[in-house]
Amino acid sequence: MLGGVGLLFLALPIAGLLGRVPWSRLGEILASEVVVDALVLSIVSSVWATAIALVLGLPLAWLLARAEFPGKPLVRGLVLLPLVLPPVVAGTALLFALGRRGLLGEPVADATGLVLPFSMGGVVLAATFVAMPFLVITVEGALRSMDPGHEAAARSLGARPWTVLRRVTLPMIAPSIAAGLLLTWARAFGEFGATITFAGNLQGRTQTLPLAVFVALERDRDVAVAISLLMVVVSLGVLVALRDRWLRT
Amino acid sequence: MRFTLASGILLLVGACGTSSGGEIVVSAASSLTDAFGAVETAYEDAHPGVDVVVNTAGSRALAEQILQGAPVDVFAPADTAVMDRVTDHVADAVVFATNRPALVVPRGNPGGVTGLADLARDDLLVGLCAEGIPCGDVARAALARAEVTVSPATEEPNVRALLTKVEAGELDAGIVYATDAAAGAVETVPITGAPDLVVRYPIAAVTAAPNPGGAADFVAFVLSDDGRAILDEYGFGSP
Repeated sequence: MLGGVGLLFLALPIAGLLGRVPWSRLGEILASEVVVDALVLSIVSSVWATAIALVLGLPLAWLLARAEFPGKPLVRGLVLLPLVLPPVVAGTALLFALGRRGLLGEPVADATGLVLPFSMGGVVLAATFVAMPFLVITVEGALRSMDPGHEAAARSLGARPWTVLRRVTLPMIAPSIAAGLLLTWARAFGEFGATITFAGNLQGRTQTLPLAVFVALERDRDVAVAISLLMVVVSLGVLVALRDRWLRT
Repeated sequence: MRFTLASGILLLVGACGTSSGGEIVVSAASSLTDAFGAVETAYEDAHPGVDVVVNTAGSRALAEQILQGAPVDVFAPADTAVMDRVTDHVADAVVFATNRPALVVPRGNPGGVTGLADLARDDLLVGLCAEGIPCGDVARAALARAEVTVSPATEEPNVRALLTKVEAGELDAGIVYATDAAAGAVETVPITGAPDLVVRYPIAAVTAAPNPGGAADFVAFVLSDDGRAILDEYGFGSP
């Protein structure tokens, strides 16, 4: 019963959105340059963010699950912080750290001329920052709940650490890695606040789909609703397709 | 018990009645946030028991709410064109304040910006408000009059977001309102070549106002000398 209420609560806004879709203009709006640019940028940047989160997040998850070191609760708190921070605050913090006048950004800009804000790199960075914790907590949880006996058995049979990791640990937590990747991608795809704060908003360079929706709301509501529908369809398609393929147990 | 409950409900209803009688709902443009905050305080001090509620957002969004029948007493958008959209829903509108576009740069002016013409330089990061929102349209009008073509690094969704990025030095220059320039930790570079570009803020009581008396009185207060003094303080020009 409460589950039904929960479902209704989650589905109702989508129904509201569908009720406002400008069907007669839909094709024309979705084929427009603004929307195509934003769609391409959203897909490319969210995939990059997910890939970076995997490369940096897996070792971090392993550290949190397996290593013992002083200050570990603090480290875990830091890792989870982007989940709690309002994205606008995350974007501002990124600006202070990696902006052109930022802590690390200023020396880098002076030395190399590389400026992250207002570039696609900035979009990827903002999305990675807010989305990576999803990968870390999912994988860390899997590593903790995994039966250590399998790894111990492999080691006792003479397998080297790298072989144990590759042949035993990773295959066992693969479904969790997949789930973590999916959550990370979904968060990166929908990312708005940190992106607009850190990377700004420019069509074809930093304007992802959520930013295009926000700007369109001030100008032409039909366009905003059409882009939102596009996001719903793409996200739902990816979530349904990948969940079925990867996470069937 | 029943009696207590009933009188409790009566009290509640009574309380609601009183508070809506002494409440004035004002829908004002985002750029008026600070100034109307001060106007609210001054009005409430002069009218004990009256509660002014200032609801600030983008002018177009506020106009849309009024068209949809939102219970609003007073409307003050950042553009006379927006007021024209709701002309059937408001009493006669009066322009009560003016504003201008202002060219702002971070403190110390690291980009060496001396005027609008510099915004065409491709070694500068220039920010504008997005097209279709008042500060973006005003900025583009100023640039068009000065015959300057700009490739912005970003088109910000509102004027305060743009100001913040100029304050932080992430952008070398941006075009905001004069009132924002005065409020921000930035330097202002005089705009020459577009001196007659003025933004007009109209105010009007809404015809379907839940509190028509309060609406008319609040509009009169904004137009009075006391209201003018507050608007001066926040950098708004006289009409």
